[in-house]
Amino acid sequence: MLDQLKMPARNYLNNGHGLASWLLTKDHKRIAIMYLISISVMFFLGGLFAVGIRLELATPAGDFVQAGTYNKFFTAHGVIMVFFFLIPSIPAVLGNFLIPPMIGAKDLAFPRINLISLYIYWIGGVFTLYAMLSGGVDTGWTFYTPYSATGSNSNVVPVALGIFIAGFSSILTGLNFIVTIHRMRAPGMTWFRLPLFVWAHYATSLVQVLGTPVIAITIVMLAVERGLGFGIFDPSRGGDPVLFQHLFWFYSHPAVYIMILPALGVQSELISTFSRKTIFGYSFVAFSSVAIAVFGFIVWAHHMFVSGISTYAAMVFSFLSFSVAIPSALKVFNWAATLYKGAISFETPMLYAYGFMGLFTIGGLTGLFLATLGMDIHLHDTYFVVAHFHYIMVGGAIMGYLGGLHFWWPKITGRMYSEFFSRIAAILVFVGFNLTFFPQFVVGYLGMPRRYHSYPDEMQVLNVLSSAGASVLGLGYLLPAIYLVWSLKKGEVAGPNPWGASGLEWQTQSPPLTENFVEVPIVDREPYEYEHVAAKEKHLV
Amino acid sequence: MKIFGIPIFPEQASTFAADVDALYFFVLATCAFFAIGVAVAVIYFGIRYHKKHDGEIGARIEGSLPLELLWSVIPTIIAMVMFGWGASVFYHLRRPPAEAMHIYAVGKQWMWKFQHLEGQREINELHIPAGRPIKITISSEDVLHSLFFPAFRTKMDAIPGRYTELWFEAQTPGEYHIFCTEYCGTNHSGMIGTVKVLEPAQYQAWLQGGSMEGTLAQRGAKLFNDLACSTCHLDTGQGRGPSLKDILGKTVDLQDGSSAIVDEGYLRESILNSQAKIVKGFQPLMPTFQGLISEENLVALIEHLKSLSPNATTAAAPATGAAAATPQPAAAAVEKK
Amino acid sequence: MSNVAAHADDRGHAHAHHPALQHHFDTMAQQKEAAVVGMWVFLLTEILFFGGLFAAYMVYRIWYFDAFAEASRSLSLFWGGLNTAVLIGSSLTMAMAVRCAQTNKRTATVNWLILTMILGAVFLGVKVIEYADKFEHHHVPGYNFQWAAAHEAPAAGEHAVAASEGAAAAEGHRELSLTPAQLQLTTQIYFSLYFTMTGLHALHMIIGIGIMLVITRMAYKGKFDQEYYTPVEMAGLYWHFVDIVWIFLFPLLYLVERHV
Repeated sequence: MLDQLKMPARNYLNNGHGLASWLLTKDHKRIAIMYLISISVMFFLGGLFAVGIRLELATPAGDFVQAGTYNKFFTAHGVIMVFFFLIPSIPAVLGNFLIPPMIGAKDLAFPRINLISLYIYWIGGVFTLYAMLSGGVDTGWTFYTPYSATGSNSNVVPVALGIFIAGFSSILTGLNFIVTIHRMRAPGMTWFRLPLFVWAHYATSLVQVLGTPVIAITIVMLAVERGLGFGIFDPSRGGDPVLFQHLFWFYSHPAVYIMILPALGVQSELISTFSRKTIFGYSFVAFSSVAIAVFGFIVWAHHMFVSGISTYAAMVFSFLSFSVAIPSALKVFNWAATLYKGAISFETPMLYAYGFMGLFTIGGLTGLFLATLGMDIHLHDTYFVVAHFHYIMVGGAIMGYLGGLHFWWPKITGRMYSEFFSRIAAILVFVGFNLTFFPQFVVGYLGMPRRYHSYPDEMQVLNVLSSAGASVLGLGYLLPAIYLVWSLKKGEVAGPNPWGASGLEWQTQSPPLTENFVEVPIVDREPYEYEHVAAKEKHLV
Repeated sequence: MKIFGIPIFPEQASTFAADVDALYFFVLATCAFFAIGVAVAVIYFGIRYHKKHDGEIGARIEGSLPLELLWSVIPTIIAMVMFGWGASVFYHLRRPPAEAMHIYAVGKQWMWKFQHLEGQREINELHIPAGRPIKITISSEDVLHSLFFPAFRTKMDAIPGRYTELWFEAQTPGEYHIFCTEYCGTNHSGMIGTVKVLEPAQYQAWLQGGSMEGTLAQRGAKLFNDLACSTCHLDTGQGRGPSLKDILGKTVDLQDGSSAIVDEGYLRESILNSQAKIVKGFQPLMPTFQGLISEENLVALIEHLKSLSPNATTAAAPATGAAAATPQPAAAAVEKK
Repeated sequence: MSNVAAHADDRGHAHAHHPALQHHFDTMAQQKEAAVVGMWVFLLTEILFFGGLFAAYMVYRIWYFDAFAEASRSLSLFWGGLNTAVLIGSSLTMAMAVRCAQTNKRTATVNWLILTMILGAVFLGVKVIEYADKFEHHHVPGYNFQWAAAHEAPAAGEHAVAASEGAAAAEGHRELSLTPAQLQLTTQIYFSLYFTMTGLHALHMIIGIGIMLVITRMAYKGKFDQEYYTPVEMAGLYWHFVDIVWIFLFPLLYLVERHV
């Protein structure tokens, strides 16, 4: 056992030193690390704006910042979190790092395009951040016309172009994953031997490739309208402002699935690994990811039930929206069934997985409230909606991201983090999250509209609870930043497979070699077979 | 509903409130059942099947088709119940009764302006009688807004260049919030107001009081003269423009051979964009009033024109949000040859 | 499972590596398949990119059909038709270039590529002429936009109606229901879409020519042979795609109601 617990002499981290060896690398793992650092910076920046929002809302009067500043805060929070943190989070970091070793490939199909997509992300990020710091933008992340086209006098075009640029990063990542999954699988790695993480990323990539170009062209239309004075959405020139909403949500609803689907994939890996049991209903879980991605494209107008669309169109879109609930419910039931007769242990990643299960269930079920037509009229654009999508995006996507990061951290760095602090952080995140966002459901049904700088006095107590929760949540997010960095130097050496997991990525050393495996593995068994784990481990070391 | 003096549930002040809340509690109970069920199951499994020694692995259970079908079909059925119930409440919400009292609302950065047919004009305040269905026709002078009455459980966007509408019947006298829920710029959160539901008698008293400048239609009639509409649109039909008497709800033949039904949308378009649909036999002489007439004056003018057709049924007015939401040049109303 | 067999077989026959084989692929065949799948996925993205514009076009064409028909008549059928012919011709020369690369004909590949670029440049040159014409007539949307159909002088009131009716009769198309004020408003939407759509198309052409410059240089240096000509083939796919977009743009923008 002792010789196993040494850092491998050769690995992707020490294969080349100096800044150039990172900035010019084509190794998917190094690119993933650079993404990890970039999105972490973005996450804390976006979080900073959230702090501003919660401080303002601690009192009913608009007394912390001025209304214009507040509007720029929530716009910056939304734009940064959605386009520069959540969309790239799991795919560009964990997906990038893990898909090649999971399917037994040396790298993604197009390593150079992978690096280019990182640079595009950086360019888009710098563009957006510069535009935000040099005056900001106050339209909300949804950029609804005609306010964004003619009403606002803030930096709409530069921020929109930043998002436009970052969109290509997302498209290229998705394209790379699709080709890699199609053409780079190791011998014996059939479609139904793919880890569910890979299935989830395949579905995500479809959405990225098919949805992102639509927001890109919508942004182009907005930019020519605002910048060059073209008339496309402007009602005073015969244009239709609601057309913008159709085009915007045609991307932005599926974009929610870009954020949550990879987390669903992480969840499947965690549940199986920490109950040491094959996933229940593999093919149902796999295809439900694809079903969610496909249904995601036909429900966009449920964001527009009060935007003046016809009564019957609203009914059709309500009906279709319920269809997304079925594959989502299926996943939750299958995870629960996987736990039955397992050998369950509660290491940190499993705590996140349990937390995810609760928060994703609440987030998904509250989606039913909003899909129900008669109720959505009341709930639309209130804090109920805010709470709902934070349960999906923060409770779902970020819990999944943190769970995955803790799960694969020993693979990525070769070292373990402090189990004690990581469990405390997981609990703080769960408690803080619920304290922050559960009151928002209540205040939303009471009628508090979103994007409000000040609000009626009787809603203060619930908002104070929410602000208090946010401080706990913030602490829960800060802790991992500290102990994970600490583990880089001081952490225990992890060994190739510290969790006794079954995936192909655990059969190579930690951290892996530059080309992942010494020789191309040949896959001769089904996924999630824990009977073989111990034997395989010995064989590889 | 309050807990420790903190309101946690909005007041039920309209006939919809009970309908929407019943739906809410049904969905809430169903969701709570599933959420608690899943939570209990995973926590129980977590304890019951906790790993006892190193190297232990779980039982090999690959799945079960009957179970998968069971937990796909049952949620589907429940979802369909929610859909059906929700859709029926929604349908009701979108169908104002014919006898509804009519009020106009205009959203403008950052205020709500309301106009009663009787002539009263209010800003960020709306007086209405209890126990009478009220239909509000909404428009916007600048960007998107959304008129929201939480206590009545209804809202509708205000879209520049279009009319949208909502209706409700307030039941309980009192004062309730009006919010703007569609983000509309810097002072979005200042675009709020109070709806004052009065007993019918009080409402009548309120209508009598205050400065009177005539009913909405009377104000429109004054505008009709001031804007020189009356010099061409003679009731005799001998003027340079068509007579506007008794036209509401009628079908008129247009210059290009198509025809149009005269409703609020048509009148609005013909004032703002007078060249769009020229009635057969007339010259396109009328100037366009786009940008020259405010939304408030526009509704006054339209109300005046409607008053010239005392026998028209209310069916001529756009019956639904859908019809009101027809794009500004109302292509739908024109049938191409 | 057939996948496994294919891989094993390829490895069995693995001999001297082709210089263009990248380290993370096993065989040239795998590398090429990856490129082809990747290119098709990219083109799928491109279809949706233009799809947003086509959706907007569809909505406004239904609403403002007459304005679209009228504005469309102000475009030159000659230049548009010429450009369509030029672009279809360039697709042919591109296909020839791919074929020559595939059959190891270095000089012919280079020549066909150069010819394709020339045709592409001709297309862009014609587009410049058309844009300049639109600019002169104040048909570029924005604050200087001024609607006046190319074949009639701007007029007002009754004269305009008479004039447009006369012109309509002369051209054989049906009577117009629109007046100058209305055309001024709604033709601008047509031209906004016209410039966005053709502008983005032209941008794709420019990028295509840029890619071809690189590939021509590679071909000239003898980088390609029958085993490795993927870049030429991919550039070909891209070029054909740009061509097909134009095949849709031409009737949608130039031929709205020009059946005579």
